[in-house]
Amino acid sequence: MKLQKNTRLALYSVLEFAIDPTRHISAAEIADKFGISPHHLAKVLSELARAGLVESVRGVGGGYRFTGNARRLTLMDVIQMFEELSAPEGDRREPGERTPVGRALGAVLSEIDEIAKATFSSITLATMLRLIERQQREEAAAAPQDNGRRKAAAVRSAKP
Amino acid sequence: MAMKGTPGKRPAGDPARDAALPLAIRPVRRTDLDPIVAIDAAVTGIEKRQYWHSVFRRYGAGGDSERQFLVADAGGDVVGFVIGEVRDWEFGSPPCGWVFAIDVRLDARLDGIGTRLLDAICAAFRRAGVRKVRTMLSRDNHLILSFFRSQGMMAGPFIPLEMDLLH
Repeated sequence: MKLQKNTRLALYSVLEFAIDPTRHISAAEIADKFGISPHHLAKVLSELARAGLVESVRGVGGGYRFTGNARRLTLMDVIQMFEELSAPEGDRREPGERTPVGRALGAVLSEIDEIAKATFSSITLATMLRLIERQQREEAAAAPQDNGRRKAAAVRSAKP
Repeated sequence: MAMKGTPGKRPAGDPARDAALPLAIRPVRRTDLDPIVAIDAAVTGIEKRQYWHSVFRRYGAGGDSERQFLVADAGGDVVGFVIGEVRDWEFGSPPCGWVFAIDVRLDARLDGIGTRLLDAICAAFRRAGVRKVRTMLSRDNHLILSFFRSQGMMAGPFIPLEMDLLH
């Protein structure tokens, strides 16, 4: 499963803002954190602002802040602002799709699409924030072990 | 079976109402069946009295730690229920807890009762020695999917399959 670039930028941004809805974060800070183009990000942020998910604050200490409802907003709500996960049936123009083989393949691909849509539609930003916290805890727990391994490797390599 | 609508999310409840309703999660009793039938009928639109009596006989009779039928009792009122069992070695899967029904009365939702019910059945599964809990529901049921997701559930390694049984 691969999301388009703008969709990923929107999800990164909206989740970063939702971590602390009281905090104003500049577009430059988000761009720097995720290693993305500030110019590209600006377009995505203005789209999120138009949808009422973030609010732009001008001036010193300005930036954007989250104004959505993290307990109600799903990943699908954000994704649908930037792409359609699957083209409607009538719009498909793939060669061979009306043959029995094409229709059988289409049925399998539709099955995958439906599962993806159900997954995105059932995960709220609040649930994602808990997943992020879990990732952070796991990274923090793994860090001392990694440091220990690196030190042990350094000692081994330093021995004659 | 139940599993429609939102079984409850915390912590959006009215504190005054929370204080007025001391909530206990306890094993089902035969006298709880009327409110359970009513909760299910309100959600599904079908009253299945005979079915619920049959479920009670299989899961609520007591004495079997691997079968759980629990209710949320708010000051004597049954406002929700959860049912599940330990399933062993289905297609090679080590024993796991399986939740196959959870529901909360419509006017008692959004107070964390679904969470309390799920926590309680998970605790019972742990006592029965399993370390994994699973469930299955319609992919169109985004509300209850979101509830289970919010509790930390993720897609598991099994895929549900079905087919029409023709003559």
